[in-house]
Amino acid sequence: MSSIWASFLEPFAYQFFVKGLLVATMAGLLCGLLGVYITLRGMSYIGHGLSHAVFGGFAASSVISFNYYLGAGIWGLASALAINRVSRSRRIGADAAIGVITTASFALGIALLSLYGNKGPSFDAALFGSIIGVADTDVWVVAGVTAFTLIVVLGRYRALLFSTFDPEVADVSGVRVARTDALLMLVLSLAILATLNIIGVTLVAATLVIPAVVARMLTDSFSRMLWISSIIGAAAGFIGMNLSYHLNVPSGTMIVLVDAAAFCLVLMVTGGRSLRGSARLDEHVDPLLVTPKPIPSRNAR
Amino acid sequence: MTETLRQRTDLITLHDVGFGYDRRPVLDGVTLRLRAGTFTGVVGPSGSGKTSLLRILLRTVHPQRGRVSIKPGLRVAYVPQLETVNWNFPVTVAECVLMSRSQGMRWPWASTSERVEAHETLDRLGIADLAGRHIRELSGGQQQRMFLARALLRRPELMLLDEPTSGVDVKTRHEVLHLLGELNEDGLSIVLTTHDLNGVAAHLPHLVALRTRVIAEGHPDEVIRTDILEATFGANMEVLAHAGMPIVVEGHHRHARPA
Repeated sequence: MSSIWASFLEPFAYQFFVKGLLVATMAGLLCGLLGVYITLRGMSYIGHGLSHAVFGGFAASSVISFNYYLGAGIWGLASALAINRVSRSRRIGADAAIGVITTASFALGIALLSLYGNKGPSFDAALFGSIIGVADTDVWVVAGVTAFTLIVVLGRYRALLFSTFDPEVADVSGVRVARTDALLMLVLSLAILATLNIIGVTLVAATLVIPAVVARMLTDSFSRMLWISSIIGAAAGFIGMNLSYHLNVPSGTMIVLVDAAAFCLVLMVTGGRSLRGSARLDEHVDPLLVTPKPIPSRNAR
Repeated sequence: MTETLRQRTDLITLHDVGFGYDRRPVLDGVTLRLRAGTFTGVVGPSGSGKTSLLRILLRTVHPQRGRVSIKPGLRVAYVPQLETVNWNFPVTVAECVLMSRSQGMRWPWASTSERVEAHETLDRLGIADLAGRHIRELSGGQQQRMFLARALLRRPELMLLDEPTSGVDVKTRHEVLHLLGELNEDGLSIVLTTHDLNGVAAHLPHLVALRTRVIAEGHPDEVIRTDILEATFGANMEVLAHAGMPIVVEGHHRHARPA
């Protein structure tokens, strides 16, 4: 027993691990919290798309030797706002908007790297997450983004809830929906940017979606869903990072596998009942765009 | 304010309003006065401009032509169609009703006065005991009452409802109309859209028949007439009288007979 405990405590002697653990736990909490809004808005794949879009900014910053956080951040935010704008225009759905804007950004990133080569940080870490790549700056950046996100979610809790549930009615009820959406996209872009090194481009989407889906399976209350999703995300970050060290597997991979294990566990314990809650999780219909039923007239031709 | 004075106040006036999508006119030359204390039903077929009219009244779109005058500081509440709502969204009835208090920076949790007001509104609508339930667990009538409560919590002068009886059964339709009548008697101005001529429109005090432009306006006796309905809906329709109420029936088909 004591040997297991000693083995568990062993990596805590290394500063890089403690920093990685801190960042992974905060990143999990952050993604779990934001994932609730993302999944309920029917934008589950925005995390996947935005992480790819940020990769484009990552490459562009590298080419022009610009600060990575600033360059990729501005790029990611611009992509997020463009996705939100295009999807709210109603002619194109959120999924298509994400597909167009973010893949184009990702492709541009690859093209820039092919043409000019990589002059910046490791792209392997950016793709799959790395326990070793965590610097002091990363800890402070993730802590800052987490604190900012908590302030936004607390301060704009009601506006975020209303505009997620029914943006059209929220808009006519005095909620500044466009501003609220932009704020959410800002914190999401910052969160993806801050967690990219530890979770990786390819896996960020899962850390946004899985904790929220598991939380939805466990509760019918919005506020409880926020708590549960955040806790599951943080726990997955903590456990995943430990497993990453002991099994020598990339950190992002292990965090996502712990999230997935939580999903399977909840599914087994609750059976199919819990899936009812997560079914149609993101279904939204524009109330003012639904065609009223015509008068049933046999003569109308 | 006396009843007469209240009735005289114009809440929203539309003058020669035109609106369209992609150069296709949806509303053309619409002139309308919505007065305080009135209860108006807007009837018309699909694509007649009912939705666009609601959007203009809600100020979510602006007309491309004409003029809209709105009483300064007018408080408007909107009740969406039940069929458009994501009933799986994780909110309780109380959480949904309190969404009306979402403007600006507020604490996430409701204050005591907000809880009391929400409870009183739910109580007035007869669903106070359902406050802790998930919205999916309500019947159609209860769901409509919940949205009415959310709208009422805004303390509106004008309430706009999009097809409030669409997709509900006869009993619920009666309940909703009765409730709206009571709210109107208490001084709330109401505008609703409907495609249900017999079940809803015939029971309202004031109707607007819309088909891109206003075909007719007035008491149901003045609007639910064969010529006006045919001009509005573009179909053969007959109007019969039963117990002092107009009843609309479809006209006969003229089938080609074999020689």
